[in-house]
Amino acid sequence: MYQIIVCGSLVPDPLQTLEPITGPAGPALRNEMMLPASLDPWARHALYEAANLATIHPGSKVWLVSLGPKAKLQQVMMTIAQKVPFELIALDGPTGGFTDAAETAAALADAISAIPGLDLSKVLLFGGWESASRGAGATMQIVGERLSITEQFQGVDSLTIGDDGSLRIMERVEGGQHQVSVCNAPPAVIGWATGNLPEPSNNPRVGMSNMRGIMAALQTIKPAPVGTGDITFTSVALPTQTRTTRIIKDIPPAQIAADIVAWIKGG
Amino acid sequence: MSATDSVPTLQTLPSDQLRALQWRYADRYDLTMIIQSVRPVARGPIARLVAQGGRNTHEWTAEKNALLAIYDESGITAAFLNPEHGGFIEGPKNLALALVAFELSWVDAGAATCSLASNLGVAPIHERGTPEQFAHYMPLVSPPAPGDARVPTRVAFALTEPIPFVGVETGMLSGKMRVVSWETGQEPILNIDKRGRFITNMDFANIVTAAVDSADPRIKGSCMVILEKSDPGIWDAGVPTRKMVHQLSSTCDPVFNLNVPASRIIGGYSVKNGVIIPNFSHSEIIEAVFRRTRVTVGLMTSAKLLSAIEPIIRYQRSRFRGGETGNPGSPRYDLGLQTKQDVLHRLVDIWATGEAGAALGFETARLYDRLDPLDRVKERMFAEQGLTGRSAMKALAQIQQDAMECIALQRQPAATRDQTRLASLEADLLVQYAIFDVQANVLCPACKLWNTGYGATIMREAVSLMGGYGITEDCPGFLPQKWMDAQLEATYEGPEAVQRRQLSVTMTHHLFIVQFEGWIQDLRAIATEHPGTGARAIAAAMEFWLWTLRYMQNTSDANGTKLYQSNRQGVTFPLTDALCWLLASRQQILDVVELGKSGAEDPSVTEELPGTLAFLIDLCHVQAARAVGETSRICSELVFGYQPQPACSCGCSDHAPAPESTHLQSFISMRSQLDVSLYGFRLAKDRAANALTTVMIPEALDYPV
Repeated sequence: MYQIIVCGSLVPDPLQTLEPITGPAGPALRNEMMLPASLDPWARHALYEAANLATIHPGSKVWLVSLGPKAKLQQVMMTIAQKVPFELIALDGPTGGFTDAAETAAALADAISAIPGLDLSKVLLFGGWESASRGAGATMQIVGERLSITEQFQGVDSLTIGDDGSLRIMERVEGGQHQVSVCNAPPAVIGWATGNLPEPSNNPRVGMSNMRGIMAALQTIKPAPVGTGDITFTSVALPTQTRTTRIIKDIPPAQIAADIVAWIKGG
Repeated sequence: MSATDSVPTLQTLPSDQLRALQWRYADRYDLTMIIQSVRPVARGPIARLVAQGGRNTHEWTAEKNALLAIYDESGITAAFLNPEHGGFIEGPKNLALALVAFELSWVDAGAATCSLASNLGVAPIHERGTPEQFAHYMPLVSPPAPGDARVPTRVAFALTEPIPFVGVETGMLSGKMRVVSWETGQEPILNIDKRGRFITNMDFANIVTAAVDSADPRIKGSCMVILEKSDPGIWDAGVPTRKMVHQLSSTCDPVFNLNVPASRIIGGYSVKNGVIIPNFSHSEIIEAVFRRTRVTVGLMTSAKLLSAIEPIIRYQRSRFRGGETGNPGSPRYDLGLQTKQDVLHRLVDIWATGEAGAALGFETARLYDRLDPLDRVKERMFAEQGLTGRSAMKALAQIQQDAMECIALQRQPAATRDQTRLASLEADLLVQYAIFDVQANVLCPACKLWNTGYGATIMREAVSLMGGYGITEDCPGFLPQKWMDAQLEATYEGPEAVQRRQLSVTMTHHLFIVQFEGWIQDLRAIATEHPGTGARAIAAAMEFWLWTLRYMQNTSDANGTKLYQSNRQGVTFPLTDALCWLLASRQQILDVVELGKSGAEDPSVTEELPGTLAFLIDLCHVQAARAVGETSRICSELVFGYQPQPACSCGCSDHAPAPESTHLQSFISMRSQLDVSLYGFRLAKDRAANALTTVMIPEALDYPV
């Protein structure tokens, strides 16, 4: 039986126009609070893997620890709560790509430490190995350090638990290869890459069950005063991109692959 | 920063939370969740099937059939059911189903129809079934849980019959029932002989609720019966209807000749002098069912209009990109067609119509959520007191009198009215039932009529704004398909003439009129507080309409023939049309006022609210002006159109003199006031049009083309 704690925050819907601006509190995205948001895709993978692990190991429990603006958290939970069962621990604070990873990690670690009945010997600390907002790639590592969890794995695609309770972990390394590690037992930090699970379908029954707890968590949400720390942003800009979109219907995958290869070679 | 920069304007398309506040379900996370569950189904598998040409066949294909399992999985099928029967939403579900239909129709209304037809099929059992029928069939229609191998039970509703009784005349049925055998002490066995037309879900239904009439002296009147595919006899799903719209729903012309026990009569029966007497006629059941499901149909067309906004804006802005002229950064490149005022003004009209229709539709759905429990109280109390037929009508008339008194007291100053009596009336569930029931009898046909009928007209405008692209299968947002679909929505579940006919009766009910008068007062109060909404103009137009209705009810034409009478549809129907314009515009204003109030208390919309509210208020004003114009035109045609032109004192025939009748002078004066009420509306339209040039839209549509 495991205590699986998933850290995950929010990112703007990727279809939206993301235009960096300088706001009163530093860099931000234009109309960010008005844009629809979703759970960070890396964190989503972690959550689905956590729920799957909890199903395989009855008696396990999943928490989702999420830091973001309360209103946005509520909006995102309406969808994510329908995916898998979990208990939400919500922290009200800024999200996005410009908060300091250390401050965020400190707030998350404090919230995790306050979970009643937390038993570190059973804890699997899940999260994304990076984030779709900016991807500092450091948050999970710092959370683990603050909780004294020194067994840490990043870019994980697979976690299997042996009969002896050992954790067999496949981490991404260069060249499409995986590094396989075996960890004797929890606690461990697992920074997930994509994992292997498809996105679960929405299930309103699961959602209704989750939402009773989620609404209570949101009503008693505590502020998490995180910011940009000592970082000064001199300028922010989206990566330069060149779109050469063609809309072609019914093209076979082999042709698509050939076109991409030709484009790369030609480029 | 210039002065104009400080005026709040629309920044992004309205968010889900803002809509939840505007349409008043922000406190219902179950509804928010069902929206989030339905949306990916609509914009995922349904949209992909449409984009792949899945609509281009009359047949029920494997690809279409695959959607059924997705509906089951996502909770769409179970949204109709109570939690004890496998559902997940407590209480009345009219608003929930309206939101489901709205989300599905955002992409394809045929998919919505497919989903809702199951609800329609089971609705007779839900609304009027016996406790035994309810207990047996409601759990059956719940989708199988994961791992449950049972074949899903799917239901169709069979009312419509081949010509001559197709569609409109629901009072007559060619489907017949006869007693096949009736052993002493045993349940009678009935033969059901029914041919259906345009019956939705027949390709996969295994239960049908069918309307039939007696062809046997041992059965009295009509009823609805439950047919099962396993019943002995003929169950022929029939050939697919060659319809050109809503192709993601299955529609066939089935044939049934089945023997079923009399216990399948929906709502049960009694036996008197050897005659089976159904407890509910088919008309009574249909009335209970359709008055709810028609609302969702109205919302389908409104969803189409609102869904058209984003693809049209994107098309307009990108229209000239890639051409030889217009470099990035130039108005031609950035705004494209939006440098032309006409396309913006027309898009404002589309958006305003969509807002008004959605407001009217969701209000009607909410009204039914309030009415449903009261309806059950009334049914139970009447049954306990043995009130049926005339005695029930007499009792209802007394309740309506009390309702009139309740409304009159509510309108009096609190200091002088009889508070005890008011509290007593407000606590009387039957009085509340009467008030809401009369409202529903108007709002439901109004929503079905106006949203779909005028919505289809405006949907054509949306298609036209896409140019030649608009009539191709590749048009983003599936606009041409939606345009065609809108015409079916104006037709099924009672075409426009049926809705006008119903309205022409219900809108004259004294209990409705007294509420209508109160609404005029309310709008005047709103106009004082929210001057830019067009509330004052709508209040004036409502008064104008009411004056005209009364005038027509009490006046004869030049030949001495009474003007307002049942068969004189040249009088009654235009007045129903005018009323619909007013009700839609009124509700649009009320929703925006509500948004301003509840939005101010919701920090999640703090940034969005000022600009979006200002924009929506401008849309209210635009729509109000249009509603005023329609009302003014219709009423003037009716008031003057049935009287001969008096001779001019100068003897010429070129112009009509001012009428001598003080009545008509009063009418002219009121009409002048309507004209004056249009002050500022074009300025509102200009502001709204400008907002469309700056509003931020997503990089791409979130469903495929």
